[in-house]
Amino acid sequence: MAARGDGLKRAGLVIVLILAVALPFFLSGFRVFQFTQVAIYAIALLGLNILTGYNGQFSLGHGAFYAIGAYTTAIMIDRWNIAYGWTLPTAGLLCLVVGFLFGWPALRLEGLYLALATFSLALALPQILKYFEHWTGGSQGIVLSKPKAPWGLPLTEDQWIYFLTLFVLIVLFVLAANLLRGRTGRAIMAIRDNHIAAETMGINGALYKSMVFGVSAAYTGVAGALSAVAIAFVAPDSFDAFLSVTLLTGIVIGGLATISGAIFGAIFILFVPNWALDVSKAAPWAIFGIFLIVFMYVMPRGIAGSLRLLWIRTTRPSVANR
Amino acid sequence: MPALLEAENLEAQYGWTKVLHGLAFAVEAGGITAILGANGAGKTTTLRAVCGMVRTAGTVRFQGQRIDGKPTEDIVRLGIAHTPEGRGTFLDLSVEENLRLGAYVRKDKAAMGADFERVYQYFPVLAERKRQQAGTLSGGEQQMLAVARALMSRPRLLLLDEPSLGLAPLVTREIFRIVRSINKEQGLSVLLVEQNASMALELADHAYLLETGRVVMSGPSAELSRDDSIRRSYLGY
Amino acid sequence: MDIFFQQVVSGLATGGIYASLALALVMIYQATDVVNFAQGSMAMFSTYLCWTLLQAGLPYWVAFFATLVIAFVGGLLIERTVIRPVENAPILTIVIVTLGLVFIFTSVAGWIYSYIQKPFPSPFPSEPIKVGQVVLGAHDLGAIGVTLVVLILLFLFFRYTTLGLAMRAAAQNPTSSRLCGIRVGWMLALGWGLAAMFGGVAGMMVAPVVFLDPNMMGGIQIYAFAAATVGGFTSPLGAVIGGFLVGVIENLVGTYVSFIGTELKLTVALAMIIIVLLVKPSGLFGRTYVRRV
Repeated sequence: MAARGDGLKRAGLVIVLILAVALPFFLSGFRVFQFTQVAIYAIALLGLNILTGYNGQFSLGHGAFYAIGAYTTAIMIDRWNIAYGWTLPTAGLLCLVVGFLFGWPALRLEGLYLALATFSLALALPQILKYFEHWTGGSQGIVLSKPKAPWGLPLTEDQWIYFLTLFVLIVLFVLAANLLRGRTGRAIMAIRDNHIAAETMGINGALYKSMVFGVSAAYTGVAGALSAVAIAFVAPDSFDAFLSVTLLTGIVIGGLATISGAIFGAIFILFVPNWALDVSKAAPWAIFGIFLIVFMYVMPRGIAGSLRLLWIRTTRPSVANR
Repeated sequence: MPALLEAENLEAQYGWTKVLHGLAFAVEAGGITAILGANGAGKTTTLRAVCGMVRTAGTVRFQGQRIDGKPTEDIVRLGIAHTPEGRGTFLDLSVEENLRLGAYVRKDKAAMGADFERVYQYFPVLAERKRQQAGTLSGGEQQMLAVARALMSRPRLLLLDEPSLGLAPLVTREIFRIVRSINKEQGLSVLLVEQNASMALELADHAYLLETGRVVMSGPSAELSRDDSIRRSYLGY
Repeated sequence: MDIFFQQVVSGLATGGIYASLALALVMIYQATDVVNFAQGSMAMFSTYLCWTLLQAGLPYWVAFFATLVIAFVGGLLIERTVIRPVENAPILTIVIVTLGLVFIFTSVAGWIYSYIQKPFPSPFPSEPIKVGQVVLGAHDLGAIGVTLVVLILLFLFFRYTTLGLAMRAAAQNPTSSRLCGIRVGWMLALGWGLAAMFGGVAGMMVAPVVFLDPNMMGGIQIYAFAAATVGGFTSPLGAVIGGFLVGVIENLVGTYVSFIGTELKLTVALAMIIIVLLVKPSGLFGRTYVRRV
């Protein structure tokens, strides 16, 4: 029974992968760019989900790590002429450290208070970015150029960036899956569910929580770095509070404490606002808001959460008996 | 004469786990009935099921009317008061405010003064600590407050959940004594759930023994206290 | 010295507005553990409704009280219809729903009333009041007065009425409240109604100063968060005092610290949030809960 389920899941994954690789050859440049954006968001959302979904630490400030990643890339390319490839791990590492350091004082804050602290940072960041004009280019931001495909590959810039992003996504997702499905993942979730009990079982809550913060920040930072490369432009106002709120929305819609949720959430936050604009030019955000609310009624545990419930109901009806 | 409270084929579940498997029991008007059993037997769940606090199947009748499926707030208005496991005290409110809340369903606000008096007579320590924050009371005092709060609604039936939990035997004895006098003086019927079988059998007229969600024995408490298997498993001698 | 006094009074006036909104936030948080992101938007929308009534020719105070009633009923209905279906869902799900409300209110307000700023009248005379050498704005004093009246009425309601007691009980311990026959769901709805009402008061007091537009309450909501954090999210009194504190500090810092002009004033609020959270996470008046395992 379980083996058949796994086999189905594996088959599904392969199909999705094949579609993902084939995609850029069948869609217009703009659509490819949109799906690159989806992949970037997915990485950022996975980062946030590791922290909030799996570890129970509410962050309303991940836009800040996204921004740090983006600006790291922009400054390295623009000011120091470093190839964009190097900027990705650098952004990741930098955010890992910053996230870890932020994780220590954050230990004292629970739930709401952590959300407020992180939210404040996210709010303050655009102003700080504008203040340090010399480095960041102030409100004007920094303009970059889209990289061309290397080694003479017959790909357009959009297609190349798409494949680069897809590659990074697959690597990061596989890493996360291994982390979260093993002992570490269980420890992380144990801390979320009952951190006092977890401590009595020998899990060093403080260390884990800070580590998770670091890893989470690193993922989102890499996403930010990729976005700088893909959009070829960074400016403080792109990284405002709205971004952080969007990321939070993404993981809830996608499904907390799930890996696939990151992808579902990313698709939602990129495409639904555009769709809302098609529905109503006059009040598109109202449509978005209504959709958001109805979505939460129908799938309170997000898309991945509801799919999981459906899976349990159909494959193991005895457990699901009302 | 139908019993004051009757349950037939009562089932209850938490999420997907069924805890009660078809219970049948009754509380006679003016009587004290005990439900005994070890930890996890389903005793507290039974009281919660009567009050509509968990998902149930089967029938529960109070004064001849079905109450299963009704929301807790409505069941309570019919004349049932529940002193929950762990007392359920409003810790941040004062003793007096806790008692006022107990009387929330009462329509005759004028008689409330008399009820305060009565309750303070049964539990003088509460009168002393009227304005004190309820969370600062001792365990025994909080238990008294919980019973007093239930009494403020002038119920016909009192559901008492593990009153002895965490209390010294002397304090428990005192509470049981008070419950007995209220039962005698006002004809208040009581459904008592207790782990402390010997105290419960002393207080109650009739008792049921629960094991993993099923009634395995029932009868007048005098009979049950003499029963060998009960003596060995639950009374310790 | 006179400038100091003026700035303090001015700070108290804005502080009163923060206090009202912070109180609304804390009330809902205490009852539901949910931070209502839509608090500011609901306040904004109520203020627009008042504007509509005023445009229709109603005298100010009639429109004011009518708006309070409408806001109350509106908040109550929103809780019963929009929030109730997800009452038992995970906290973040409910938070996202409130976020949806923000989008809806802001967008609908922009659609009906346009995004162009509108002036909003103040019921208080425009001539300043002189107290000795100090010049105080009548609107500032009036706003403080209105805030205080509302807060006192609220205090009396919670302390001395049965309904107020029931609401407090329902927020603290819903299970025991049900056992007392309290309809917890309706208490929640009442809480939202009251919160919407305070928001409306805040909106109508601030609109004459910042002008009415759909994004009017955005910055103020952040200050309200700062106020609730400083005072403590578990303490309504703390939220009120926090509000006044934040207002006064914001003004004094803006006046006396040279490099903080109007743009960085927001940073002051944020800095306050962070400092308080680092030093005393539960706020000045909040309670640190000792958790029993």
